[in-house]
Amino acid sequence: MTRWQQYLQPKTVTEALDALAHSPEPTLLIAGGTDLLLDLDQGRHPPVHTLVDVNSIREMQPIEIHGSELFIGASVPHSKIVASSLVADHAQALAEACNLIGGPQVRNVATLGGNVAHALPAADGTIALMALNAQAEIASSTKGIRQIPLSEIFLGPGKSTLAKDELLVGFHLPLKNKNQASAFKRIMRPQGVALPIINMAIWLERDKDQIADVRVAVGPAGPKPWRALSAESGLRGQHPDNKTATRALELLLSDAQFRTSPRRASADYRRHLVSVLFKDTLQAAWNRAL
Amino acid sequence: MNEITLTVNGKKHTLPAKPGEMLAALLRERLNLTGTKIGCEEAECGSCTVLVDGEPVLSCVYPAVRADGKEIVTIEGLAAEFTAKSAKNAKQELNLGGLRELSGSKVQLHPLQEAFIQHGAVQCGFCIPGQLMTAYALLKRNPDPSREEIRYALKDTLCRCAGYPTIENSILAAAQSLRTGDPIAPPKIQLSAEKHQVIGQVVTRPDAVEKVTGQAKFSDDIKFDGMLYAAVKRAGIPHGILRRLDISKARALPGVVTVLTAEDIPGEHNHGLVVYDWPAIVGLNERVRYVGDSVAIVAAETQEIAEQAVRLIEAEFELQPVVSNPVQARQPESPSLHESGNLLKHIKVRKGNMEQGFADADVIMEHTFHTATTDHAFLEPECSIAVPLPNGRMEIYVGSQIPYEDRQQVARVLDWPEDRIRIVGQLMGGGFGGKEDIAGQIHAAMLANVTGRPVKLLFDRHESLLVHPKRHATQIKVKVGAKKNGCLTAVETELYGDTGAYASLGDKVMTRATTHSAGPYEIPHVRADCYAMYTNNPPAGAFRGFGVTQSAFAVESMMDMLAEKLDIDPVELRRMNALHVGSVTNTGQVLRDSVGLTECIDKVEAEMIRLSGTNDPFKPRPVAGAPHLVRAWGFAAGYKNTGLGGGAPDKAGAEVELYTDGVVEVRTSSAELGQGLVTVLRMIVAEELSMPPEKVRVLVMDTDLTPDGGPTTASRQTYVTGNAARMATQTLRAAMTSTLAEKYDQPPEKIRYIEGLAYVDGHIVSMGDIAVEMKKGGQEPRALYEYWAPETKPLGEGGDMHFAFAFAAQAAEVEVNTNTGEMRVLNVIAANDVGRIVNPLGLEGQVEGGVMMGLGNALTENFIVEEGRVVTDRLARYRIPGIEMTPNIIPIMVEHPTKDGPYGAKGVGEIVSIPTTPAITNAIYNAVGVRVDSLPVDQEQILWGLKYSPK
Ligand SMILES: Cc1cc2nc3c(=O)[nH]c(=O)nc-3n(C[C@H](O)[C@H](O)[C@H](O)COP(=O)(O)OP(=O)(O)OC[C@H]3O[C@@H](n4cnc5c(N)ncnc54)[C@H](O)[C@@H]3O)c2cc1C
Ligand code: FES
Ligand code: FES
Repeated sequence: MTRWQQYLQPKTVTEALDALAHSPEPTLLIAGGTDLLLDLDQGRHPPVHTLVDVNSIREMQPIEIHGSELFIGASVPHSKIVASSLVADHAQALAEACNLIGGPQVRNVATLGGNVAHALPAADGTIALMALNAQAEIASSTKGIRQIPLSEIFLGPGKSTLAKDELLVGFHLPLKNKNQASAFKRIMRPQGVALPIINMAIWLERDKDQIADVRVAVGPAGPKPWRALSAESGLRGQHPDNKTATRALELLLSDAQFRTSPRRASADYRRHLVSVLFKDTLQAAWNRAL
Repeated sequence: MNEITLTVNGKKHTLPAKPGEMLAALLRERLNLTGTKIGCEEAECGSCTVLVDGEPVLSCVYPAVRADGKEIVTIEGLAAEFTAKSAKNAKQELNLGGLRELSGSKVQLHPLQEAFIQHGAVQCGFCIPGQLMTAYALLKRNPDPSREEIRYALKDTLCRCAGYPTIENSILAAAQSLRTGDPIAPPKIQLSAEKHQVIGQVVTRPDAVEKVTGQAKFSDDIKFDGMLYAAVKRAGIPHGILRRLDISKARALPGVVTVLTAEDIPGEHNHGLVVYDWPAIVGLNERVRYVGDSVAIVAAETQEIAEQAVRLIEAEFELQPVVSNPVQARQPESPSLHESGNLLKHIKVRKGNMEQGFADADVIMEHTFHTATTDHAFLEPECSIAVPLPNGRMEIYVGSQIPYEDRQQVARVLDWPEDRIRIVGQLMGGGFGGKEDIAGQIHAAMLANVTGRPVKLLFDRHESLLVHPKRHATQIKVKVGAKKNGCLTAVETELYGDTGAYASLGDKVMTRATTHSAGPYEIPHVRADCYAMYTNNPPAGAFRGFGVTQSAFAVESMMDMLAEKLDIDPVELRRMNALHVGSVTNTGQVLRDSVGLTECIDKVEAEMIRLSGTNDPFKPRPVAGAPHLVRAWGFAAGYKNTGLGGGAPDKAGAEVELYTDGVVEVRTSSAELGQGLVTVLRMIVAEELSMPPEKVRVLVMDTDLTPDGGPTTASRQTYVTGNAARMATQTLRAAMTSTLAEKYDQPPEKIRYIEGLAYVDGHIVSMGDIAVEMKKGGQEPRALYEYWAPETKPLGEGGDMHFAFAFAAQAAEVEVNTNTGEMRVLNVIAANDVGRIVNPLGLEGQVEGGVMMGLGNALTENFIVEEGRVVTDRLARYRIPGIEMTPNIIPIMVEHPTKDGPYGAKGVGEIVSIPTTPAITNAIYNAVGVRVDSLPVDQEQILWGLKYSPK
């Protein structure tokens, strides 16, 4: 089957929105294509007529500081994120997550925007962005540009709130201050698809011996990328000793919805692994926040 | 966009844009740059890697239009990248080993290409363009990479021949050469202890230059004028009766040339390697036995049209209950899948008296093991091209492990005499047993016959995974009896083998599993029963190890369980029971020579103790600073027959011919799958004629031009075809000598051959001149030899069931994460008694690849079929090990020559893989006390095991 009839490579967001609104249907955005093209090829996605490629859009390519924020364009491939010193300075968890996605060839084309827009509950880049409190910048042909918290993009596995005439321009992350740090970790299995059976990102701010503030994101712990809010409150204002961590973990476990994926991991296994990851990741972020 | 302008290897091209086209297709189809390979089309294998503006990307998922305005470098452009940009100076170019010959001209290769050749990183060669391009991108960025950086860069560039350590070493050697301008540092490699001129020395592959430059042609790289493209309508259901088939819509589709069904089969409907039970196409009211059965075939002007036509074919089935495993298949109430029932074969081994054996035992243990179905996952999917000739004959271009068998099976279905068909064997991107059965050969031939045009039938990865025969899943019960001192008194095994929908080589494979199921030990009382059963799963057939991989896992696990129970060192337990010269095997064969098992065991043990720095390597050791990581070693032994055995006539023909330009050609239909037979043949001929190996040309796999070498299976080719080539060469040499003796009136013993020249009474005669001389005398300078291996006896008759066995021992060190159940293999020591080292470079590649396949079998590979439906129908779901999983592999060669093998050599292709899986699972037990009795290892089960029922 012909994968697409028309392939457009707009140079600006406006052109892209225009292409989305006015091209023969069905129309879809494509970035690296490492999710989309395989979904199309393998019949997991209905055929498209027009693909609108976002890789040549300049506004979606930078990694730069905008005032008090780090902006990462949606079309930035993972390899550039991994190599960026700005990301290393301000969003360590994201660099770690992107460095684990696929192999080098995939990372050279696969983008952060695609990772988020695909809306899987355990996408590595997405989980890191969740912990980093990213805001998503969205452009719409009818509503203009807006910024929303990342979590508002997700509806369910593989489903996002983005309308057909909208695209992700990029992500805004608060700059890292002194005593703040983040870390990302995941656990895989050697059989089957290369998605993590569990992953986690933690951002925290340290006030001497206490956690002043913290964000914990976990995947897959429900239908959407998930923040462990009650565990976060359990940690805030505490010293992350074993007792505190164990109590926070209990809160996390009582809120999370772990699923059994046949042949991959039972819910029990995920619950166990999340405990391991939680302590490791917390420790890593804590040590870095010195 | 209507046009694409891109620069490929320095040359600008402007082409019309095609909807849906990927860069790989543009390069391969439109620019004829077929060096870029397609192994999966799902971003998993890395074979299609090219550089886009200097960065490696997967061209199979890179829309061609996106390459507009970009600069592309493919494997075909790699050599020029060096000469144009990076050579330090003219000296370095020369230093690299000089120019290489490629299709008649001399070329300067890139140091990476040189290093891959000189270190033996090239095996089947299919992945090599991807490896080289990825490595090239790395070296451009990082001229002095560490091993870790190389592994990081090559993470998802898969090699199923799995010479990962050699690939890594090649890259290091090339990097050094690029930095210093020095020649490529030679590989460190164990040569034969016996001195020969060529045998046992480092000789590079005859096809290596083609393979590192992208010039090597695999079947899908070939195009013919007017060629049509085929596609097959698969049943898609595991069991049912075909009740309705409507091909009218497919026929009506513009661009479709023909659609054929079972009614169009001219001859016999069934094919098969041993039993004719596999319908070429399932007919109306006939039985579908697995999802991959075909019900109609299409030839069309393009691949897309052929695939679209297949989707328009309507088939309806009356569904039948599914037989999903061999134990179920044997139950009387299960539906019968074949007229003969579900039992393909009950295989029996009987030795001594079991009652006596167990009565003699102080300890009796019993345990049941399970092994998974696995797929060969050769990186080159199956491809056949049938070409009808004006003279009424048909040529079939295909990578096949048994060309003469293909010819016979195609002829049967076409109802043609065999010699109307010519199989023209092509380079194979791996086989491992998976290219012995018919894949698309018959369908392509039928379509070519009807349309009168060449027809290509290429499987994509999905179809390859669904259709071709796999490794048998098994259930193996082992019961052992032993004395307190460890001496084995009895072993009883019961095996169930899932041979799937059709027999393929199931009978032979499960026979090998059964005869080897008590391990490489001398045991007075043995009984084995195996039920090879038909099911509705994809067929199972030959796969490197041929059944012994499965039974070795069971019995070698049991040996460790027994050692623990008896409180005996597991190495000692194996050593005291090991087969030795004079032993009688389970099948009643007296081993007269070449049993190097004890030496393998001793050498591995010594190396293990040296490496681990402890006398108790089986004791768990927490990693300093990370007590949740626990390491331990595990041990296993194995043996594997060389050759068909069991009474099957095992012969091979080879022909050698001396040409007037001084080149000698050796010809045989035996198959080159990447394992290195062509190198071995070249070496044998060069050795026997005392000439440089580069002057020997090897022609294989052509049923018109090469004599029958028999199947390339059972690790038999070095031995059988090697002997044929050796004896043919000796015959030729005798004829050459007598010609010279006559001409110069000298006694033949006075004639010497040195470095490709004959020395006769002060005269020096070139090889070419000898050919001229022979022709002048009316003699053709060639010799044909048909070698018959020593006769063997069928199972049950006692005597020599096999003419040789290879032996091995391996030790593996694993590290288990007790927090998560994850694990990795750190070291594997692999000692193999190969009789004689013939081709050291090739042998090392075989050991590395064999260990990695064994590791995959233990840790990653699981071909999942549920109720007859294939779950792992993509490479993304069927995972094979990559470079990051590769342990440090320490090969040790042991040479116990076998009397009739060429220079004493016996088979190596399979034995290298057999002990790996149990060595790993035994190591896991030693580390954390969890016994793995079902493959592959499941990290979740390991975790639960070590948390809730530790040792
Ligand atoms: C071999 C392999 C390994 C992988 N390993 C991992 C892994 O370890 N972890 C992981 O998380 N993922 C993994 N992936 C999945 C995938 O590569 C990543 O999710 C990647 O980031 C997707 O990005 P892309 O640019 O390729 O997306 P595309 O495939 O181009 O797009 C994905 C979806 O997002 C939409 N989209 C793209 N860009 C935008 C935008 N700017 N605005 C709105 N919608 C948009 C597309 O329409 C499409 O629906 C792997 C994939 C492969 C092939
Ligand atoms: S063919 Fe492109 S990754 Fe396998
Ligand atoms: S040489 Fe790598 S797949 Fe064969």
